[in-house]
Amino acid sequence: MSTTQTDPTPIAATAVAPPHGSKPIGRSPAAVAWLMLVPAGVLLITFLIIPIILTFILAFTNARLISPRPATFVGVDNFIRLFQDETFWASLRNTVVFAVVIVPVQSAIALGLAVLVNKKMRGINFFRTVYFLPVVTSIVVVSMLWLFMYQPNGLINAVLARFGIQGPDWLGNPNTALFAIIVLSIWQACGMHMIIWLSGLQTIPGELYEAAEIDGATKWQQFQHVTWPGLRPTAVFILITITIAAFSLFAQVNLMTQGGPLDATTTLVFMAVRVGFQQQQTGYASAISLVFFALVLIVTLIYRYLTRDKDAR
Amino acid sequence: MKKKHIIRGLAATIIVAAMPLSLSACAKGGSTSSNNDNSGGPKTISMWTHNAGNKDELASIQAIVKDYNASQTGYKVDVQAFPQDSYNQSVVSAAAAKKLPCLLDIDGPNVPNWAWAGYLAPIEGMDDTFSKFLPTVLGKWNDKTYSYGFYDVALTMVTRKSILEKYGIRIPTIDKPWTKDELTAALDKIKASGDFQYPLDIATSFTGEWWPYAYSPFLQSFGGDLINRNDYKSADGVLNGPQAVEWAKWFHGLVTNKYVPLKSGTDPAADFMNGKTAILYNGSWTAVATRAKFKDVLFLPSVDLGQGPKIGGGSWQWGMSTNCANPEGAADYLKFAAQDKYVASVSKATTNIPATDAAAKMVPGFGPGQENEVFLNYAKKFAVLRPPTPGYTFIATEFTKTAQDILNGADPQQSLDQAVKDIDANQKSNNYFQ
Repeated sequence: MSTTQTDPTPIAATAVAPPHGSKPIGRSPAAVAWLMLVPAGVLLITFLIIPIILTFILAFTNARLISPRPATFVGVDNFIRLFQDETFWASLRNTVVFAVVIVPVQSAIALGLAVLVNKKMRGINFFRTVYFLPVVTSIVVVSMLWLFMYQPNGLINAVLARFGIQGPDWLGNPNTALFAIIVLSIWQACGMHMIIWLSGLQTIPGELYEAAEIDGATKWQQFQHVTWPGLRPTAVFILITITIAAFSLFAQVNLMTQGGPLDATTTLVFMAVRVGFQQQQTGYASAISLVFFALVLIVTLIYRYLTRDKDAR
Repeated sequence: MKKKHIIRGLAATIIVAAMPLSLSACAKGGSTSSNNDNSGGPKTISMWTHNAGNKDELASIQAIVKDYNASQTGYKVDVQAFPQDSYNQSVVSAAAAKKLPCLLDIDGPNVPNWAWAGYLAPIEGMDDTFSKFLPTVLGKWNDKTYSYGFYDVALTMVTRKSILEKYGIRIPTIDKPWTKDELTAALDKIKASGDFQYPLDIATSFTGEWWPYAYSPFLQSFGGDLINRNDYKSADGVLNGPQAVEWAKWFHGLVTNKYVPLKSGTDPAADFMNGKTAILYNGSWTAVATRAKFKDVLFLPSVDLGQGPKIGGGSWQWGMSTNCANPEGAADYLKFAAQDKYVASVSKATTNIPATDAAAKMVPGFGPGQENEVFLNYAKKFAVLRPPTPGYTFIATEFTKTAQDILNGADPQQSLDQAVKDIDANQKSNNYFQ
């Protein structure tokens, strides 16, 4: 998560820093800049940098949440155990499947919604609000509601039964559980990305569309050659935020399936929490977190490479 | 170069800025103890309890504290209640910060873990009192008693006399419970009638400690166990032996034969009362509601799967921490609270089984021949403690996951072997909690 937001602060500092003059240090703009950095810096270090460093260290120890004995260094034991653990591979697989499905589907649906609500008509704010409502609802509440809807005799199966379809036990069946969680997650989060797409859409000047129309472009051609290129920075931002959110899937799983049935919905974050808190194996959980950290890092680097600004070279 | 310089400067600034913060935090942590009132007057004994969300139980505890504070002038007990969901975490973090309260309540199976971790101090000099308590309400580890509870609960099969009579099923008794075959035959008869959605409900929708509490007794009735109780070193042979595999097959069979729902409704007791299920496997806490609904409700002994019926034992218990400035005061309170009248008042407030016979006589329904006496008898005759080893917290999560996988159709031998492997590795990596 940190990778997307590390840069701004030092750059901002450089902008203020230059004039090194005869003024006493305490009054110089640079000193003021440093001073203003302190609150954010302290928080970032305490709650982000130090825990990350601790994770790196703990992953190579047998540290436990509750133990009268101090942790000892155990080398790569945790990782050997991890790579032999079937639940780990299931978690990794589910996390990747979830991300691979969520990223394109959710961003496409959100874009579709954004285009729909970008019209100038009466009451459009009503629709914007409706699509945004799930976002402001707590994920805990949303998960509990869908938990009821997904029951074997819940709302969804009752509706299916009207069309003569015998619905499965959505969350109890290993074949449908992850799919069920994916659907609910998209429903909950796509309003957020709709708003971001919408802000991107509104930065595109109306004259471009007028010009395209005069040139005889169809609606689809307008989207292809005016809208989409204009949305490029937004697209990169959305891609990265959805991916990171998808990788950290936890709340829905914890509330609805607890990783079951048969590991069908366990994820890396869920496994780390279960191992670290319920099973009290801090060292092992740190190893999982480290693998997760590496995974997110690699994906982010790939994105940065793919979406690098080619014109700037 | 410029950027590097700035980053180095930034790091230095932040470290300098953070230092006083952390130093002051240390100083504060060092000087504050859990009991800050030492200047004359009664000494404060802090007390934590998990039942902020449970009005009746909290009120009964507060009544004891009020009596205690009025009974002497040396100490004053100060109650702080937490919601159950965050209680264990609060205790663990307080222990890490060395700020545990003097008195606290603990879920029974956690006692050895917290005793081993050095959170709990053994209770001395109350052995005579404890000899009158049900053995399952005492938290013991390494031959020392660390906690006692006011009550226990019992697992039971809830059904109606009219249902059993309609299908010609024998009413089991404490001396002659249903055997495995009898239960199967009964479930078949009820299922064949089609009168119910499911003949039996074992409340699989409950989460957390319910799974080991409710389903490991089935395993024990088959002759298996969660860990070898001779030395608490390994689960090999007991959790993956032939009896355990038999248990797993039977357990999965409940679902494949459509005797029980794979996942129960959110409130299995309501499903039973609404006539969706014929028999409900649940705790004695359902007695009040089911009695109100049905006049002919029966609370049957659990099923005998080979080694006699087994039910879980041990509920919330009280102990004192190692971090107490006035341990004499804490011990004094624990002695005071262990009186029969308080055992009775807390049990009555929670509608649970009183921990002593004398208290049972004071609580309506638990006296000889009265309606709740069965629960007391089940607890005396069938209760098995969850393994008193500090590794239990780990065993519980492993068992829960394995049992869930088995219900969902995982291979019994394979998943039990995996659970044994994990449990053994955990016991070993902790040096067997020596």
